[in-house]
Amino acid sequence: MIPAQFDYLSPQTLDEAVRLLGEHTDEAKILAGGHSLIPAMKLRLAMPQILIDLGRIRDLSYIREEGDQIRIGAMTTYYEIESSERLREICPLLPETAAQIGDVQVRNKGTIGGSLAHSDPAADLPAAIIALGAEMVAVGANGERVIKADDFFVDLMTTALDAGEILREIRITAPKQGSGQAYLKMPQPASGFAVVGVAVTLTRDQGGACQSAGVGVTGVASKAYRATGAEAALVGSSLDEQAINAAAATISDGVSLNGDLFASAEFRKHLAEVYARRAIQAAASRAK
Amino acid sequence: MANKYVGQRVKRTEDPRLIQGLGHYVDDIKLPDTLYVAFLRSMYAHARITSIDVSEAAAAPGVVAVYTGKDVAQKIGPVPCASALPDLKVPDYRVLASDHVVFVGQPVAVVVATDRYAARDAVDLIMVDYDELPAVVDVEQAAQGGPLVYEEYGDNIAYKLTAGEGDIEAALASADKVIKQRMVHQRLAPIAMEPRGVLARYFPGEQELTIWSSTQIPHLLRTQLAIMIGIAENKLRVITPEVGGGFGSKLNVYAEEALLGWISMQLAKPVKWIETRRENIQATIHGRGQVGYIEIGCKNDGTLMGLRYNVFADLGAYHQLLTPAIPTLTGLMLSGSYKIPAIQINVTGVFTTKMATDAYRGAGRPEATYVVERALDLVAAELAMDVVDVRRKNFPSPEEFPFKTATGLFYDSGNYNAALDKALEMSDYHTLREEQRKARDQGRLIGIGVSTYVEICALGPSQAMPAGGWESATVRIEPTGKVTILTGASPHGQGQETSFAQIAADELGVDLNDVTVIHGDTSIVQYGIGTFGSRATAVGGTAVFMAIEKLKEKASQIAAHLLKAEQSAVTFKEGRYSKAAARAAAADGVPEPVVPAGQAPAGALPEPDIDDKHVSIQDIALAAHIARDIPPGMEPGLSATHFFEPTNFTFPFGTHIAVVEIDRDTGDVKFLRYVAVDDCGKVINPMMVDGQVHGGIVQALGQALYEEVVYDEQGQLVTGTLMDYAVPRAAMIPWLELERTETPSPVNPLGVKGVGEAGTIGATPAIVNAVVDALAPFGIRHMDMPLRPESIWRIVNTQS
Repeated sequence: MIPAQFDYLSPQTLDEAVRLLGEHTDEAKILAGGHSLIPAMKLRLAMPQILIDLGRIRDLSYIREEGDQIRIGAMTTYYEIESSERLREICPLLPETAAQIGDVQVRNKGTIGGSLAHSDPAADLPAAIIALGAEMVAVGANGERVIKADDFFVDLMTTALDAGEILREIRITAPKQGSGQAYLKMPQPASGFAVVGVAVTLTRDQGGACQSAGVGVTGVASKAYRATGAEAALVGSSLDEQAINAAAATISDGVSLNGDLFASAEFRKHLAEVYARRAIQAAASRAK
Repeated sequence: MANKYVGQRVKRTEDPRLIQGLGHYVDDIKLPDTLYVAFLRSMYAHARITSIDVSEAAAAPGVVAVYTGKDVAQKIGPVPCASALPDLKVPDYRVLASDHVVFVGQPVAVVVATDRYAARDAVDLIMVDYDELPAVVDVEQAAQGGPLVYEEYGDNIAYKLTAGEGDIEAALASADKVIKQRMVHQRLAPIAMEPRGVLARYFPGEQELTIWSSTQIPHLLRTQLAIMIGIAENKLRVITPEVGGGFGSKLNVYAEEALLGWISMQLAKPVKWIETRRENIQATIHGRGQVGYIEIGCKNDGTLMGLRYNVFADLGAYHQLLTPAIPTLTGLMLSGSYKIPAIQINVTGVFTTKMATDAYRGAGRPEATYVVERALDLVAAELAMDVVDVRRKNFPSPEEFPFKTATGLFYDSGNYNAALDKALEMSDYHTLREEQRKARDQGRLIGIGVSTYVEICALGPSQAMPAGGWESATVRIEPTGKVTILTGASPHGQGQETSFAQIAADELGVDLNDVTVIHGDTSIVQYGIGTFGSRATAVGGTAVFMAIEKLKEKASQIAAHLLKAEQSAVTFKEGRYSKAAARAAAADGVPEPVVPAGQAPAGALPEPDIDDKHVSIQDIALAAHIARDIPPGMEPGLSATHFFEPTNFTFPFGTHIAVVEIDRDTGDVKFLRYVAVDDCGKVINPMMVDGQVHGGIVQALGQALYEEVVYDEQGQLVTGTLMDYAVPRAAMIPWLELERTETPSPVNPLGVKGVGEAGTIGATPAIVNAVVDALAPFGIRHMDMPLRPESIWRIVNTQS
């Protein structure tokens, strides 16, 4: 439980962090909240020679609104998201998801940017980020670029961030008033990570039919993904039991399912359907 | 006894320092010039070591020394096993492997460096070549043949043992029904909050070695380490500072303890090792690990006729201190709370390429209770009887105690119906059954599990123990009136600093805050056995009580002398001796003081406060210390020591009732109620007893639902971190409704029985019985632990 030797750099500005990462691209890792990286280092599963800590950089931790966009700084902690009154009003899916991560200590240190950039296949926030159709703002030596959530999670522990890029901000178009959202998960009893986790955001039209649907799934495959089949099945439906069941039945279509000691691929497929059904039901009941 | 403290919810005097982080665990003890130790451990379950090259590690910055198995083979004796079973095979368990590794995590080499980082880094520089051999993982396959852990033995059988009384064949033959079931008691990791840790310091001038270790048995450890390292036992001091939990995992003698002591002697410097959690799961003993086959015979009215248990015990690769003995405890407790005329256990102890199993909270008894309590449910299901009725039918009545079992024990006292009735009343059992019926009609899966356990505590009479079953206490009253207790028990979280002080404060009539309990230092405390097997209060507490009785006898003689009364005319109450009548005769033969009164050396101490009729025991202590005016010929001082040898074990019992609901879509188990009525005899501190029951139930719940040490087919430890090995968290624990009945033990004057393991023993079958009961509509009568959602879902999914 003692990490291999490493150097620690603590830039004061994001520009400096990008410059340092550029200089040490191959040997450096970015340190955010550290709740995935540090344990991996203590087990010597990760042995970066340099840590670039974003913790001293001002203005990476915020939740603010710009037009109809919600902008969240990458270093915003789970607790700050969980406890944001404003997010609970305009985008309750994020606080609901953040509240189900780990325990209080983890939520006080872990950050949204760290979680997303780490791309753990069983992390909670990626499901919500996909459901919400968020955009990631990455900054590198050549300036900023925006990556859509659907393109961001590439594979197990792999994102679309280039080696020299740092995730700076998450942008979410504020869900329409009256939208219904929910995140439900079965936690693995040892780790608390999602065996399956399903995030749903829905809107209804004036007649009550489903106007739009976002469904993000985590824990099931090598990366969090959008359940496009389920979304298609929901949009235009009346969100009745039959429609919800039909949507849930497609939740793991086309993905290669994880299996482990706690849940085989077969059981995970089943759980994904159950949690999809329940999450969609919860979101539908909240959508006005 | 004036019960000002005993029986009260006295707050633990240990807690303020622990809560504030002011306690001292091994790692909190900092000595100058300390060197740090890190281990290279086998990455293979089974391999030959063909070469080890430590040259690069030895040359690394900060490294002081590197030792391998060859360096210490002739210097440090084998890790001891204290079980003397007939024909037991005992592999030569060396502190470092030289040429053959037999489990993942086995120490192969050790690095000593100036800091723990340098030590850890250098471990990665040691080059070991292994020739991998086939792992031996499945206990039943290993018993039948296949790859061998030790070629020289010709098989993997460490021992076979048959025990029990009565004609089992005849009993089963005469039964109306014989029910058979295979049952698995999965391996568990004890996961004490504080992992193991050792600090050793050798003074070459004095030739004294001090070892601080996180252990439950400081004196036994001292004796064994003295033998292993070859140092005189009276030159070795073992100190257990705060110990953050043991659960049996620190009731042992470990390779690391001997190595650290020896290394300190080589280098003449303090050396420290603090176990990491990963090492803790790999190389601290595991618990349970039995695969058994039961046969239980009964009459059609539910009367039990006989029970046979054929069990394969997964011992691991080596014997730790009690490894082979654990299944024998299972055999002793196979009668449960019931009259079973014939019982037989057939144990096959099996070597596997895994860490050793040994005592983990309950140590063989949870396995027995699980077997019996599951078997009673199988009988009830077979006969379509209520699970309560079948239990009640086979209870011995209170008048039948001491109750003789067909396992050779005499249960000391018990009133099993009383505890059962109380639990049924608390849970409103009959209403619960009614609600269950209604819920089933609605498709809900509700289960009610009952466990009426008995267990064996206060280990134990010395005849039944490998190295003494007594316990010691010294009680003395200091000149200032403070009471000091030295106990040979070694509390490691149980709170005996408080409960022993409660006993002493009541018996001596002094304030609780005037009593200090000292334990866990072999240079201060007379030899003791330690804390395990729920023995500390029943054996160690009784030793304290008996020492106090001795001390009071002397105090009463001094009181009579000082009050000028016959001893028989002096009474003791609330800390004071009082004179009921003046002494008839005057001749008491007090010698004239050598120095005339008033010319004695100026007193650094106050004079004892004695009036004509009263003197406090604390003033008597002062008088006994100054010793100018005590009965002629009497030894000065006020101190007494007692070594208490119990005449029998004690047998706590109780009823646990779990009520669960299963989510049929996810297989998730939710608790609706948890009711426990425990009878641990007389209670010294109800709050601490509640705490023991809480912790016990939590660990039982862990076994029932979550925990399992898993090795894969290559013998690799799959559940090697707490991200994989699921220990229950607070949020997973239901509200525990606790009550007690109180049936005193006749075995000791305090009437106490012990409660450290009751929760773990009683609760596991209650929870499993509840889940199986919930699944009864699917024709299910048994499931193996842990009851993971997937296993439950498969039953619901395939059969609904």
